[in-house]
Amino acid sequence: MAKLKLAVYWTAACGGCDMAMLDMGERVLELDRVADIVLWPLVADFKYSDVRQMEDNAIDICLLHGAVRNEENRQMAELLRQKSRVLVALGSCACFGGIPGLANFFDRQEIFTWVYLESQSTDNAGGVCPQTSARVPEGELTLPEFFDTVLTLDQVVDVDYYIPGCPPTTEMLWQAIQTLTGDQLPPKGTVFAGSKTLCDRCTRQKEGKSITGFRRLAAVDIDLQRCFLEQGIVCCGPATRSGCGGRCLRANMPCRGCFGPTEHVRDQGARLVGAIAAMIASDHREEIEKISHLLPVPDDPAATFYRFSLPHSLLKRKRKENAS
Amino acid sequence: MRTKTDFEPLLVAFLCHWCAYTGADFAGSAGIKYPASVRIVRVMCTGRVDPLFVLKAFREGADGVLVSGCHPGDCHYVDGNIKAMRREPLLAAMLEQLGIERERFQLVWVSASEGEKFARVVTEMTDTLRELGPLNLKGGEQLG
Ligand code: SF4
Ligand code: SF4
Ligand code: SF4
Ligand code: FES
Repeated sequence: MAKLKLAVYWTAACGGCDMAMLDMGERVLELDRVADIVLWPLVADFKYSDVRQMEDNAIDICLLHGAVRNEENRQMAELLRQKSRVLVALGSCACFGGIPGLANFFDRQEIFTWVYLESQSTDNAGGVCPQTSARVPEGELTLPEFFDTVLTLDQVVDVDYYIPGCPPTTEMLWQAIQTLTGDQLPPKGTVFAGSKTLCDRCTRQKEGKSITGFRRLAAVDIDLQRCFLEQGIVCCGPATRSGCGGRCLRANMPCRGCFGPTEHVRDQGARLVGAIAAMIASDHREEIEKISHLLPVPDDPAATFYRFSLPHSLLKRKRKENAS
Repeated sequence: MRTKTDFEPLLVAFLCHWCAYTGADFAGSAGIKYPASVRIVRVMCTGRVDPLFVLKAFREGADGVLVSGCHPGDCHYVDGNIKAMRREPLLAAMLEQLGIERERFQLVWVSASEGEKFARVVTEMTDTLRELGPLNLKGGEQLG
């Protein structure tokens, strides 16, 4: 059998998903037996022109990790879609926007102002901000346009499969790769993870207790056996897809939601508001108000609940005042 | 894009069947005037109003969302309205962070006989929304 052609590429990403690939250890060599790597910037030098010269669908499987932050990301996503038979959104950034998606609480202007002009560590007397095009004596210099809004991969191109997680576990990755390099492809849209929520799979003791206040993890002696939420510690388990095997819970950390919502949950923020509010032990408006504001993140429920999925959420971003 | 001047706010009101909806009905049959722009969604109980419904309403073009039902103690499902009450501060805080002003989302108790109050709540909220201007959420998606 001819070897498959595999591509791995990154857009707005941290590189952690690449590391997760490498963490597969010697299985990477096994992968090499069934597939030729035709593009993977982490491990070898490739040029955009190499990809452009490929025929359409020349790549059998493309694993793309990273969100779509700028015009270059978008063009590469489009190009790789055109050249790939199967396009996989790898990791939470590609699937839901991930950590880079938190930038959707701001827009380009706000980000540029802070990063290039106002932050304390910036020394930029000339007030230079990135331009898509600049004239210099040698000619014209260009930069890809930085978008106002971070997008998920499937908001830009058609995506065949999803491997969520920040980063995905090596087990899941290996399973997904084995499936995708096998004879029978799963139905389009398959998410290589669980279908239930993490709470459904969690073995911590749940006693149905309500809470009179929320606490910071560092400020309490946690009971290692009991549900975090019932101890007043925000855990995103009720709104998060299972499949990681409770990676964080096993290390006695609450879930931060990196596997994104299940199909049924759809919007992590909406579900977490519902799930957490349901535990508040009060029937009185003022008291409820008080307890809610005792959240360890009193000003930041949105970023806590949408830490990995703001671009994928129903509202996608903070509202733009002057949207047209 | 809708601008402030030619703007009739779209208020989506989730009303519980037993109290607020009956109250709205009462207002209608008693000829008490309230803005025609309100879109009423009847639910069995305010406890049924998943935060997702509120987000969806905004997403689909509502300028404001009102959730209204029985006074505490009067809920036909015992504590559905208490559940709604527990969600309110967290949801409101989250919406504010997403740029949806506090005034655009309200939870108000209206009994079956409070037609007058229903009309007042809707009128006041519509006025507030007119002040705030259109939400124009749909424009948030373009790239540049
Ligand atoms: S999903 Fe996580 S590990 Fe992967 S690129 Fe994004 S931030 Fe990095
Ligand atoms: S909230 Fe967290 S700790 Fe509690 S059951 Fe769900 S996943 Fe487990
Ligand atoms: S416990 Fe939650 S945050 Fe941790 S890996 Fe699993 S899904 Fe991600
Ligand atoms: S039935 Fe009216 S609020 Fe529950």
